[in-house]
Amino acid sequence: MKKLLILGAGTAGTMMANHLNRKLNKKEWKITIVDQHKTHYYQPGFLFIPFDTYSEKDVIKTKKQFIPNSVNYIEKAIEVIEHNKNNVVLKDGTNLSYDILIIATGSKIVPGETDGLDGEGWHKNVFDFYTIEGAVALRDKLKTWEGGKFVIHLTEMPIKCPVAPLEFSFLADAFFHKKGIREKVEMTYITPLSGAFTKQNCSNVLGYLLDEKKINMVPDFDVELVNEQENFIQSYDDQKINYDLLVTIPTNMGDDVIERSGLGDDLNFVPTHKHTLQSKKKENIFVIGDATDLPSSKAGSVAHFQADVLTKNIIKFINGKELVQEFDGHANCFIESGFGKAFLIDFNYDVEPVEGTFPLPIIGPFSLLKESRINHMGKLVFKYIYWNMLLKGLPMPGISTQMSKIGKKIK
Amino acid sequence: MATKEIAGNTIDVNEEGYLTDFSQWNEAIAEVIAAEEGIEEMSERHWEIIKHLQDYYKENGALPSIRKMKKTGVVDTKELYKLFPGGPLKKSSRIAGLKKPESCI
Repeated sequence: MKKLLILGAGTAGTMMANHLNRKLNKKEWKITIVDQHKTHYYQPGFLFIPFDTYSEKDVIKTKKQFIPNSVNYIEKAIEVIEHNKNNVVLKDGTNLSYDILIIATGSKIVPGETDGLDGEGWHKNVFDFYTIEGAVALRDKLKTWEGGKFVIHLTEMPIKCPVAPLEFSFLADAFFHKKGIREKVEMTYITPLSGAFTKQNCSNVLGYLLDEKKINMVPDFDVELVNEQENFIQSYDDQKINYDLLVTIPTNMGDDVIERSGLGDDLNFVPTHKHTLQSKKKENIFVIGDATDLPSSKAGSVAHFQADVLTKNIIKFINGKELVQEFDGHANCFIESGFGKAFLIDFNYDVEPVEGTFPLPIIGPFSLLKESRINHMGKLVFKYIYWNMLLKGLPMPGISTQMSKIGKKIK
Repeated sequence: MATKEIAGNTIDVNEEGYLTDFSQWNEAIAEVIAAEEGIEEMSERHWEIIKHLQDYYKENGALPSIRKMKKTGVVDTKELYKLFPGGPLKKSSRIAGLKKPESCI
């Protein structure tokens, strides 16, 4: 019996378990998946928790319910990947040898990378919304907060879901309006980038929106420290910005096990071939989702498109065939802009977000790079799609793995 | 792609002014680019960083990150910002005749 081992049962790992369980011959292959955590979070939903639109029950299920019964599921922590021995050692000493390894250990926030950030103000008047704990603590704070300097801060790239900080800003603006305290809130958006977003087209549109919503943007800000006694944030070139309430996206890093195993870069992301998803270190190790070092967005939609390509390549690899070079960096993201509206962007490694309609020309129904109510509905429906189709590796109707140029106004 | 006259040399540069052929690089060119980036005088410490970037690039085919330079004790981030104010890696890599650091998505 040959062994395929998946590390991580998040969005990417769970999709791979479902895909491969259908594709691999069960008489020849045993699939095992390892994850130390019991809970599967619908992470896109964290964005709505601070504003009390979603509660914990919208975003929490058990991981196990999404793993097929014929896949061996182990709920334990991983100690190290011994890539030269084709073996993984768990924290309790168990050895799991493999013929093929899929790394899907994701990324997480590491507040400790910024001086002073995880100090006395953490989750008191300094928050993240990338963890359930952060999102819930922020919700409780916002319930009674009466206004002041509200600072949204992005530490460094890459981050999971690169549009989330902007969405958060737009939703916060709408939230304060509804609460009737918007004029008492001074909103500032601090970013290390030179504009609102990494992609130029998109940056122009979203930058304009920040302006329109009277959110002051501070670009090119590289944070040196956060002073939680005096409530200011300081850059390496000595700009100081005071806050009453700071919402920060801390440095994102890959899992510690990647560092322990000598498989990662400075941020513990695994060097990966950008079109095949094979690791650069070993032929029988593949990488998917946020764990890769690829210049694609760290997002569930991206992992979904990657899963289609990786499934093909696992089969090719097993049969000794050449891998397909089909992953094109495709990402598809709804961007909430507040007041029941949203944007939609669809792009890849080479094509920037442009205007148009999606997935069909003219009739859409979604409009690209433009604000609309139906885009917002799409974002809400996505929760259902995520739990019921995406994790199970079922195809999303009308949406292809590779980015399509149909319906797009490409210059 | 364009060419540019710098310090008596004709060099190939891209639209952002980064050299496209490292073999054309020399210290006189670097000093002119540094001035364009607002660095009036290249100190010994500036040259050490430039040399490090070039060696690292030669060995790895990519620029080191600021985090990497800090971790390996090459230069503390604060000092790097003092030496190349405004955009340390963007500026130092241009002065070093290397390509612009890739920004992530």
